[in-house]
Amino acid sequence: MRTMSHPRARWGAQARTNVWRLGLLVLGAGTWEAATRFGVVNAFWVSSPSRIVVDLVKRIGGGEVFFHIAVTLYEAFLGFVLGAAVGIVAGFLLARFEELARVLDPFVTALNSLPRVALAPLFILWFGIGLTSKVVLAFSLVVFILLVNTYAGAKNVDQDLVIIARLLGASRRQLTMKIILPSSIPWIFAGLRLGLAYALIGAVVGEVIVATAGLGFEISHAAGVFNTTGVMSSLIILMVIASLLNEVMKVAEAKLLRWRPRIPGA
Amino acid sequence: MSQTKIAISNLSHRFEIDGREVLALADISLEVDDGEFVAIIGPSGCGKSTLLNIISGLFAPSTGRVTVDGRPVTGLNPRIGYMFARDALLPWRTALANVEFGLELRGGAVRERRERARELLRIVGLQGFEASYPSQLSQGMRQRVSLARTLAIDPDIVLMDEPFGALDAQTKLVLEDEFLRIWERHRKTVVFVTHDLFEAIAMADRVVVFGAHPGRIKSVVDVDLPRPRSVTGGRFGPRFQHLYERLWEDLRYEVVRGALEPPDGGR
Repeated sequence: MRTMSHPRARWGAQARTNVWRLGLLVLGAGTWEAATRFGVVNAFWVSSPSRIVVDLVKRIGGGEVFFHIAVTLYEAFLGFVLGAAVGIVAGFLLARFEELARVLDPFVTALNSLPRVALAPLFILWFGIGLTSKVVLAFSLVVFILLVNTYAGAKNVDQDLVIIARLLGASRRQLTMKIILPSSIPWIFAGLRLGLAYALIGAVVGEVIVATAGLGFEISHAAGVFNTTGVMSSLIILMVIASLLNEVMKVAEAKLLRWRPRIPGA
Repeated sequence: MSQTKIAISNLSHRFEIDGREVLALADISLEVDDGEFVAIIGPSGCGKSTLLNIISGLFAPSTGRVTVDGRPVTGLNPRIGYMFARDALLPWRTALANVEFGLELRGGAVRERRERARELLRIVGLQGFEASYPSQLSQGMRQRVSLARTLAIDPDIVLMDEPFGALDAQTKLVLEDEFLRIWERHRKTVVFVTHDLFEAIAMADRVVVFGAHPGRIKSVVDVDLPRPRSVTGGRFGPRFQHLYERLWEDLRYEVVRGALEPPDGGR
């Protein structure tokens, strides 16, 4: 393990990993392409890598796709920010007021175990086919993730730290701000990363059901006219966006949680 | 001559464990003078830590009375510093910010408290590690930070619960010596809980031997070794040997007796 962490050895291992990844990608795409070329499967149903690349180039060149990306991201972003804010505050409140947490526990559990996506038709009835219903759907997914994580973080504070702070003279408020809040940050971050992915899911699912714009709308529209290539290229775009967002969160987390011990492979 | 700093009289403490009452401390009476270094030694489960918790004001005894400076203990006392075997450092704070923590809670001015924290890190031998996080420090270094944090609030009384117990043997000797050096300069009142008889004799003015089940004082022995001391220096002298044998006789009986009895879990 020690020699593994030698910079040169690590660089070599990283390069090898990347070669393997590229190989796997080429193999997968190549098999797919060949299967459609030689008539093993019908490209009408599964499209093909070459068709998808052509479609992507065309759509990106046309520029209209950026409007749909912006719509989806805006919905996801609003749902994420509102859901995270409400979830974090509610999580801390429940951790602070145990009685309240006990009373609300069955309701939170029930709502949390309800597949929120099933609420989408209702949200569309209530909030229309535009932006609001997607934001509400994304919000409903994000808020519980953050609530549960923040609550768990606040409850799992190292009691030694609480005792030391009290012995050193911390007030109730100082305990919350200087011990409970910072020690919950890793839990909150884990929630934020998950929540970001779910915000995107919420926005896209909402759009797939009914919308006038957005990547989900594009997918739904393309599928409606049996344009599998269009569906696939939208999925690729979504995948890239979700991966980029996840990377952004990782960078932010690494910056904010510099104090955490390095975990190998993490 | 010297004033009584801590006075404990007829103190008993009961815990409830699984609906069963356990007597953790039975009829403890002990006086600690101002500037005195008292070590408490005893088998595990003898209530040593419980006694420190009661002196600190973390909780009240079932019966009996504890006074500090003649005033009954009714809650946490800001003039008391308390150090554990676990470093209990805030992992998200640098060494410097950890040492500053107590002063920060008390609303000290940023510049002054930072200056003092820097000074204390220097005293415990951690100059150059101000910006390190606890996860980047060795266990010995973390315990030094913890010591600096305890001293930063300039306490009148320092309670120490096996502060060097989790360290390896060599690091322990070095830290004991450094603490002695600091203590001999400032002469705060120290109550030092340990399970290491060498440590107790080498450092303390007085050693209190506790028995377990229930925790009670078995004997109190004055350590009349000259100061300034070094932890390793006096260890092989005849006076040290004599004290060691005398205390070990008391302690061994309690340790063996404790080992033969079912543990209560009462600390």
